[in-house]
Amino acid sequence: MTKLHVTTSINGEEVDFLCEPQQTLLEVLRETLGRTGTKEGCATGDCGACSVLINDRLVCSCLVLAAEAQGQQVTTVEGIASEEGLHPIQQKFLEHAALQCGVCTPGLVIAAKALLDRDPDPDETTIRYWLAGNLCRCTGYDKIIRAVQDAAKTLAHPA
Amino acid sequence: MAEAVDFKVIGTSPVRPDGVDKVTGRAQYGADLNLPGMIYGRVLRSPHAHARIKRIDTSRAEAIPGVYAVICGRDFPRGQSGEIGGEGGGDVADLAKNVMARDKVLYHGHAVAAVAARSPRIAEEALAAIEVEYEVLPPVLTLEQAMRPDAPLLDEHLYTKNLPEKPDKPSNIAAVMQLARGNVDEGFAQADVIVEGEYKIPMAHQGYIEPHACVANTNEAGQSTVWCCTQGHFEFRAMTAKVLEMNVADLKFIPSEIGGGFGGKTVIYLEPLAVLLSRKSRRPVKMTMSREEVFRATGPTSGTWIKIKVGAKKDGTMTAASAWMAYEAGAFPGAPMGPGAMSIFAPYNLPNFKVEAFDVLVNKPKVAAYRAPGAPQSMHAMECAVDELARKLGMDPIDLRLKNAADEGTQAPYGPKFPPIGLKACLEAAKRHPNYTRPKPPGAGRGVAVGFWFNVGMQSSAEVHINENGTVTVVEGNPDIGGSRASMCLMAAETLGVPYQNVRALIGDTESTGFSNVTGGSRTTFATGMAVVKACEDIIAQCKARAAATWGLDESQVEWQDGHAVPAPGVNADVKPLSLADIAANAARTGGPLLGRASLNAQGAGASFSVNFGDFAVDRDTGKVDVLSFTAIQDAGRAIHKAYVEGQMQGGAAQGLGWALNEEYIYDENGVMQNAGFLDYRIPVASDLPMIDTEIIEVPNPSHPYGVRGVGETPIVAPLAVASNAVRDALGIRINELPLSPPRILAAIEAAEAGAR
Repeated sequence: MTKLHVTTSINGEEVDFLCEPQQTLLEVLRETLGRTGTKEGCATGDCGACSVLINDRLVCSCLVLAAEAQGQQVTTVEGIASEEGLHPIQQKFLEHAALQCGVCTPGLVIAAKALLDRDPDPDETTIRYWLAGNLCRCTGYDKIIRAVQDAAKTLAHPA
Repeated sequence: MAEAVDFKVIGTSPVRPDGVDKVTGRAQYGADLNLPGMIYGRVLRSPHAHARIKRIDTSRAEAIPGVYAVICGRDFPRGQSGEIGGEGGGDVADLAKNVMARDKVLYHGHAVAAVAARSPRIAEEALAAIEVEYEVLPPVLTLEQAMRPDAPLLDEHLYTKNLPEKPDKPSNIAAVMQLARGNVDEGFAQADVIVEGEYKIPMAHQGYIEPHACVANTNEAGQSTVWCCTQGHFEFRAMTAKVLEMNVADLKFIPSEIGGGFGGKTVIYLEPLAVLLSRKSRRPVKMTMSREEVFRATGPTSGTWIKIKVGAKKDGTMTAASAWMAYEAGAFPGAPMGPGAMSIFAPYNLPNFKVEAFDVLVNKPKVAAYRAPGAPQSMHAMECAVDELARKLGMDPIDLRLKNAADEGTQAPYGPKFPPIGLKACLEAAKRHPNYTRPKPPGAGRGVAVGFWFNVGMQSSAEVHINENGTVTVVEGNPDIGGSRASMCLMAAETLGVPYQNVRALIGDTESTGFSNVTGGSRTTFATGMAVVKACEDIIAQCKARAAATWGLDESQVEWQDGHAVPAPGVNADVKPLSLADIAANAARTGGPLLGRASLNAQGAGASFSVNFGDFAVDRDTGKVDVLSFTAIQDAGRAIHKAYVEGQMQGGAAQGLGWALNEEYIYDENGVMQNAGFLDYRIPVASDLPMIDTEIIEVPNPSHPYGVRGVGETPIVAPLAVASNAVRDALGIRINELPLSPPRILAAIEAAEAGAR
């Protein structure tokens, strides 16, 4: 099968890859490019573990064909922290013990970032509905919601 | 109640040592390993719930370019027998037949063949090219059907165990169990009030977010290395060795980070297949399950059918209780009816009781452990009955439970007398909790229930290394499923008297640390924690000896205080205390590196009790149930990492509420699960739940150096009955089948209205 040549940007870095037409962005990120921070929980768009941003839009990378990344800006969990350290969302997830097994965490960090980029001061209900596409089986969400609320505060008033 | 203890780090909530890697995507889970030359394995699964395999032809699949290996039942050794211990244990032959069907398929999704190919797509093409001829048999899908004497048999060689006389014909009932005390007939005769109920709960899945995954790599000497997500790599090694008849020494298991398990990753599925495929292909083979495969072929927990009867005097004193309980085992024996039977009356001081339990085969996946296996179902029945009893007696449901609550010295229904337990303390805390003393919201219902789990000890190993600068590396053998590295570091820091930040914990593979049973049974912080504390005590003894030698004192003249060796009180020595760092820096001159170790089979895992309550609103038009508030109170013995103890309580509450309100395996008449995906098997999402309030009670467990009781499993037990009792309170209707999903609520309302007309 002839492979497609795709040029895209991942976490601000230009990346070239070859893919089969039916391969998802998730599969290429993980199996071809070795960026396994983005997780597969269902591959049907129901769990949010594979959440990434494409041009700042929150998507399930299991529902995006790899070829669709051509010319787009993709952000994965590996691109959230900076030279200064962890993003406040990541820091607050740690401080609030908002992860237990941690496999949903990359998707939740991405989804929370997408929310706070749009709405810097969401109320609890807004956070709960925005994150409703990201399944967590360990925490009961309580500490995740608190971490996002606290991250919003930190982002609004950086130390 | 124990005296107040002044801990330095225990009971705090520091950031976990593995945290940064988990929020940045660096942490490697089961499917995250890619090796050079790696190929992909896929499994062909049965399209029938019950059928005989007449013929399997793999030749067309093998001929496809890019296919490196194809295996089916005939590639496995046939001689397995014996038992495997532990939470994921059971009969080896059953385990072997579950990972790959031989002559019969016993559930829709049962593995019948597997392939390894250059890409997942070639592997899938190869699966489609395998020809399997089946003789389809009638499926047995319900307990009622399976228990009928004329039911079709899953296993023609299965005779019911534990009957007084060996049965003369085979049955789908794999085993029965009885538990009794006193005389229930007399007990019921003494009762002023008797309540009876009958409850059904369908199969439900653990629902961990990470599907099963592994990578196996086999060399030309037949030695295999398996990387996988597992709750216990030592037990996975033991099971894989048995199923493949391999020498344990030729198998190395490396545990990846684990994306949830809840009991479901205590048992092997893909690992022996990957080993065989890698042996045949002489390449590393990665196997990952789809979510659909996870639902169809792993987990779940038993569907149950339970009848219960409880009697009490007018003042609330319970006089007798009896229960009849049937548990679906799935395709092979091993339903958790034992713990179900032993837990159902555990919270109560009952002079007379009787339990009859049945382990029943049905053409559904073989059940696996699920958080407090067996207890949520049985205790749901009892806690609903106690709620009805409180209504009949006009008593507050907490007062009724307090009146009958088990306490230190009460003989547990499963045998021993309870050592100190926290049930009464939890009930009293619930009674005075502001969420309980406030009125319930208008129109809402309030439910209360008690939870319980035995907890286990079992085998653990730990080593403690003191680095040259005095920092500490803890090596242990229990995959960290919810923050246990942090708990180990806290206990090591407390014992050694060093800052938490100076301690790191890692999970050794099967070749780099001693045997440890699974992360399960709520045993890790208790038993492995105990091993870590003992290994630290070993270090302290060595440090004291080295300080004594340095100072020219006797070992008995040196004590360990706040991370320093100091002369004992009254010892006249003009010396400066030696810190762990001082001793480590000087280790070469005092006998070499400092290595402490401990291994044990931990005894005295204290039972953990909980009390949960919540306010629920029921929409009579749509049947939707909203959880308005939920409060979880639980005895943790001692909370080592407070936030992760709360996290267990909150996560267990959410999981129990999902089971109570929405989750169920829905089958068609052919035994095909109709909702094998997260869209239709709906676990709670963030917008389904409120904040979950917690209160940790600490009645220390005398068997643990810091008083720890396991906390992981108890939290899932009470929420089922809390939901049932709250919906009962809101609607005035007792619904006897979970989940309390909108269609079931609407049907109950309609039936009640039809009955009233």
